[in-house]
Formats: sequence, structure tokens, C-alpha cells
Amino acid sequence: MAPLGLAALDAALPGGGLPLGALHEIEGERAEWDDGVTLGFCLALLARLALARPDRAAPDAGPQESKVLWVSRQGDLYPPALAGQGLDPGRFLLVRAKSDAEVLWAMEEGLRCRRLAAVVGEVEGLDRTAGRRLQLAAEASRGAGRGESVGVTAFALHRRFRPLCQGRAASAALSRWRVTAAQSQDDLGETFIGRPRWRLDLLRCRGAAPGSWQVEWDDAACGFSLAPPLRDRSLGPSKRFGQPRATAPEAGELIGFRHAV
Amino acid sequence: MSDQGGRLVLAAVNAVAEDGGLAPGLPLAEARALLPGLVTVPHEAETDTRALASLAAWCARYTPWAAPDEHRDDSGGPGSGGGAGVLLDVSGCCHLFGGERALLEDMQARLAGFGYTARAAMADTIGAAWAMARFATSAAHPCVVVMAGQQRAALAPLPPAALRLCPATVELMDRLGLRRIEDLYPLAPAVLTPRFGALAVRRLAQALGTEAEALSPRAAPAAWLTRQIFAEPASDPDDLGRAVTLLLEHLCRELARAGRGARQLELTAYRVDGSLQRLTLGASRPSRDARHLRRLFTEKLPRLDPGFGIEVMTLGATLTATLAAQQMELRREDGAAGEGAKDIPELVDRLDSRLGRGAVRAPRLAESHLPERAFALAPAGADDQAPGKTPGKANDDWQRTPHPKLRPLRLLPRPEPVEALSLLPDYPPAQFRWRRVLHQVVRAEGPERLLGEWWRGDPPPGGLGESEAPRDYFRVEDADGRRYWLYRAAGDWYLQGVFG
Repeated sequence: MAPLGLAALDAALPGGGLPLGALHEIEGERAEWDDGVTLGFCLALLARLALARPDRAAPDAGPQESKVLWVSRQGDLYPPALAGQGLDPGRFLLVRAKSDAEVLWAMEEGLRCRRLAAVVGEVEGLDRTAGRRLQLAAEASRGAGRGESVGVTAFALHRRFRPLCQGRAASAALSRWRVTAAQSQDDLGETFIGRPRWRLDLLRCRGAAPGSWQVEWDDAACGFSLAPPLRDRSLGPSKRFGQPRATAPEAGELIGFRHAV
Repeated sequence: MSDQGGRLVLAAVNAVAEDGGLAPGLPLAEARALLPGLVTVPHEAETDTRALASLAAWCARYTPWAAPDEHRDDSGGPGSGGGAGVLLDVSGCCHLFGGERALLEDMQARLAGFGYTARAAMADTIGAAWAMARFATSAAHPCVVVMAGQQRAALAPLPPAALRLCPATVELMDRLGLRRIEDLYPLAPAVLTPRFGALAVRRLAQALGTEAEALSPRAAPAAWLTRQIFAEPASDPDDLGRAVTLLLEHLCRELARAGRGARQLELTAYRVDGSLQRLTLGASRPSRDARHLRRLFTEKLPRLDPGFGIEVMTLGATLTATLAAQQMELRREDGAAGEGAKDIPELVDRLDSRLGRGAVRAPRLAESHLPERAFALAPAGADDQAPGKTPGKANDDWQRTPHPKLRPLRLLPRPEPVEALSLLPDYPPAQFRWRRVLHQVVRAEGPERLLGEWWRGDPPPGGLGESEAPRDYFRVEDADGRRYWLYRAAGDWYLQGVFG
């Protein structure tokens, strides 16, 4: 179990955090162009996971341990950006598969290897059988008598290239999240990009009630916070660019950079 | 029949034609005159070469040191004394087949089964064996063995053509009355060289064994090789699987004795029809764990097509590395997880063997400010072998990534053009259309200007080359809160990445 660091979220999850050794599904609201936020949320969860289990596993765990197996067909995850998300790219093993079936196979293989911290698979669809297999394999990774503190956690990142036509198949995963982008806010000025802000819908979770939160992810502090409600953001021409700050910036503080007009 | 400078000559003849007086090298018109009913087909030299190469590969069932010998004369036709052959170095292999003569007879019989008329000879030197096979064998005695050290006497009655000489030299010797090789024995090299060239002297010395001659085999033979010969041709997948298990156990014992671990294995199956099948697999780190290697073969074995049956299987460790002794069995903790990989290198091997070599890769930092080049993908497991690099140290490198927070989580394989509209020339776009969806830009940061790396001549595919316009990158957020990485180059807008 990895606490997400936000009381409202943790209280809603069984055991007070994201259960380890289980399958979690993450999907976007719409098709492919929602991919960024699902990916961002997945990386945020991985960062929390790394906090919850710093070099966990066996006592002989060296630096090569607790890696993350990332399986995808496109292979367009950009490793240098991981460093900006509070993750160590050196701990990622990127696997390139040629079909969804291969992605699922590689995920299942990964779940059998207890030295991994997590297995992430980018899948186009996850039917009930495949989900069940992954969930069982993830549960088996906890091992007998080891409790929930260890185990390989699986994330199925839905990456659809076509909008879903028919109804969604019932899922065997322990939880299913839907992530929707929300406008960010920045203290510096209105046109600067702030921290990523997402609306999280916990669609289903075994042992917990569904819920919905608007959260902000702080990659520096590696924590979620509840996002305050949005200000009125109707844009007038005068508000195109930031208004002067009420307080003077401290010395050495980066405000942001902008092309001189 | 082959075309030699506009002249059609016979390239090869069959037994019937030979009885009729035809020989390779005879012009077609003359041949037609001799045998009016002659049937000819065009000569395909490349097919011959391929067939010879596959024959040499097949001969590896006797010894790994097998090389095709394309004996051609200067004009490209078959040289004197018959055409091409295969050279085998069977040192230390004969006892496996019941002796030297038994090996030759076995080979000759098997080749006859494929429809080849083969002549075989065994001698101390390549030259002597070559000469004996071509000039001292007959249909009644297709196999000749020259005892050790006897090549001088054995070669004596043969014509000089048996020395692998070009026809002009042979003709010259003939005119000078040198009809047999023994005629050359009393002549000093100083006498022979000016008349017949250095090559003739060398060939003679090589045949007699006074000068060394090495065989260049088809491929470097594996240093560790095990072999399984089936009493009956095997084709049942279960049988083949069991044979592989036995081979692996034997190989791993040998490797353990030598303190080595295999990094690459090659399984060769010799089928009864004379063709071979090869399976190669690699391990991300040296291993001599027979069970682990056996599991790697599990994914590959179905690709082996036994055809009408497999006679012989060899398993060689083509790449090995030092591997210190370790307790293999105790490392396997509780067997609850069944056949799952216990360690990351094992997992990498399994994924690699199913998804293709190099499917699993680990990102490495690369020194470049260009986003496409800021990282490299190296085969997973390579870092453990990298000299002078402690695995823990490598992690800190990523702190040197330029602006990791300003880089997208996904980088598109190549930038996609978008229709964008900006209010002022140097402003970020106010809206853009990507993949048929219109995005209203609400927030933007930038520009960050990137130039091509002029000191490198090779632009990344789809990336920023030296000659291209500099790119002004903007991070933008649309009205829904999705973030994109756009850039403008020479007035056009492109989308290159997606943020979280």
C-alpha cells in the first residue's frame, strides 16, 4: 500500500493508500489526445510508489533493484522528462512490443519477477480475461505471508487510438481511474503554466466507493494537493498577459521567462 | 554450358556425356558434333556457390572446421581435376565416427543419398588431400586415406595438375617433360620459381607439408560445443526438447568446469534431407544455468522445423564470458512463483527471446541539447558489464538533463505539422489544429530556441539538422488543460510532444 499523500484520496482508498501487488487501470476521457494526462498521472503514482518503498524488496537489493518495466508498442516515452517528474530514468526498462498480446504477455512475465517495483503497459484494450490474468499475477507477486507491503504493482495505461464504440468491458482490475485534464493555475500570472491539474475519477475500486477529486500534482514535492476551484477565466484582451505581482520577487527567484515584445 | 567471352563452352558434364568423350571446357559446337543429341542448360555460377556453401555447412556435422573450396581456373570455369569441393579439418574428430576411413565412407554414402557423386580423401595436408581426392580416387574406390607422413610417396605418381596449378603452368610442365609430381621433387625451388612462378613452388611445399596452410572455416567454431546424435531421425517436439535439455546440461557442466558463462548460444539441427536449421539466442549476462537457458529455448524451439527428421543436433556457446563460481541452486528461493524469472537479467532474457533481440532497453543519458538526442537506448543489462562504471553512479547522470521539467513526457517519433494561428509574429500560437482537433491556447511559455548541432554532420531522423531553421519551442496549455510542446521553424508550426 502506497499512501498518495492526500488525505482525501487516501481515505477513499482501501487501507489508506494505493494497494500494491494489484492491477490498476488508468484511462483518459477521450481518445489519443488525452494521453498526456493519463501518462502524467501514471508517473505521479510511480513517484509515490518509489517514496513508499525506498529500495524495498530483499535486504540484498542493490541499485539495480526495484526497476520499472515499461511495455509499449509505440515506444515514445521520453526518458529525460522522467527526471523532471521525480523519477530516475535509470530505473526504467523500456520494452518494445509489436502487438497488444505481446504487451500483455510481457506484463505478465514482469509481474512474475519480484525484483521489479512496477510494471506499466500501454494497451489499446484490456478484456476481462487479460485483466484477470494480470490481477492474479500481481496478487501472486505479493507472495505468501508477505502482506501488501511488497509485490509488483501493475498499471494498465489505456491508449486508445479510436474512441470506444461499444460499452466498456467489465474490468478485473483492483481499481480503475479516469483522468481528465483541467486548467492549471499559476500564482505568477495568468498566462504561465502552473502545476498539472487533473480531475481524477475513481470509477471502481474493490473495497472502496467511487469518488471524484480535482487535484494538483507537485512534482518537486512529489505530492498531490486538492486544487482550489477555478477562478473565472474568461479572457479579456487586457488579461492576455500577467498582471504585476502584488509582492516583489525575492532575490534569485525565477519568475518565468517570456519573449520580449 | 557457360558463356566465356562470347564463346559457349561446356561448364560441366554428366557421366553419360563423359563416356561420349565430352569434357568441361569443350566448345559447344564441338560437343554438338560429337554428341548430336546433347541436352544443355545454362550454367548458374551463383547457384553453384550457394549449393557448395550449404554443403560445407552440412559437413559441419563432422567437424566445425569446414570450408567450401571453389576451385576455378583463371577464366572462371572449373579448374583442372574437377570442380569445387569442401575442405574439412577432422583432427580429433575421426574416432567419433569409427576411424578415418569410416568417416570418409559415411560421408560418401550420405552424399550419395542426396544424389551427389563424391570423392573423398584424407591426408596430412590440404594440398595432398585435394590431389588424392581428385586424381587418386575412382568410382570403385571413392575414398582414399593417406597415412600420416606418407603424402610424398602418395603424390609421386600423380600429374602436376594435382598441385592446384593453373592450366598454363601445367601445360608448360608437360612440355618440359615434367609429367609426374615426383619429377619435381629433385628440382630446387630456385630452379622452379623462375620458370613456373612462386605459386607452383608454394603449392608443392603445401602439398608435402613443408609449408603450413590453414583452413578458413565458414564461421569461427564455437569454443564450447556439444553434440547429440539421434539413433533415429527425431521430429517430435518433445524429443527435441529433451535433447536440448541434455545438450544444455552437458554444456553447462563444461562451462562450469572452465569458469565461464554463455552469452550466446547456437543450436544447429542437421536434418535428414541435408539442410540445417539454426537457432541463436543471447543472454543479457553470462549464464550457465541450464534451467534458465532451457526456458529461453522454450520460446524458440517451435520455430525449429524438423522436416522429415533431425539426425544430429549441436549446441555451441558462441560467446562466453568469465563467470565466477556461484551456488546456482540455493539462489532459487521458494518455488511458489513457478517458472517465473527470479532476477531482472533473467526477465530481460525471457522478454528478449520472445519479443526479439534488443526489445528491452534501458535509457542512457546522452550529451546533447537536442531533445531527440538527449537520451540513448542501450540494451538492458549492458551497464552491468560496462567497465569502470558503478551501477549506482549512473543514476546521478540524469541530474544533468537540460530542463527536464520543460520536456514533454512523450516525444512524437517525428514532429507533426499543425495549423496554428498566432496573434503576433513572435507570439505563441493562439490556437492550433492537431490531428483534426482544434485547440485553443490559454497559456503558453517560451520560446526556447534550439539550433541544430553544426558540429555533427548527421541530423537525427525527423529532427533538427544543421542546415534547418532554428526552432522556437513553446509549452502551451489548451482550454481543457492539456499541454503540448510546439515549435515554430521558418514560419511553420509543429507539434513534437505531449506533457502530463
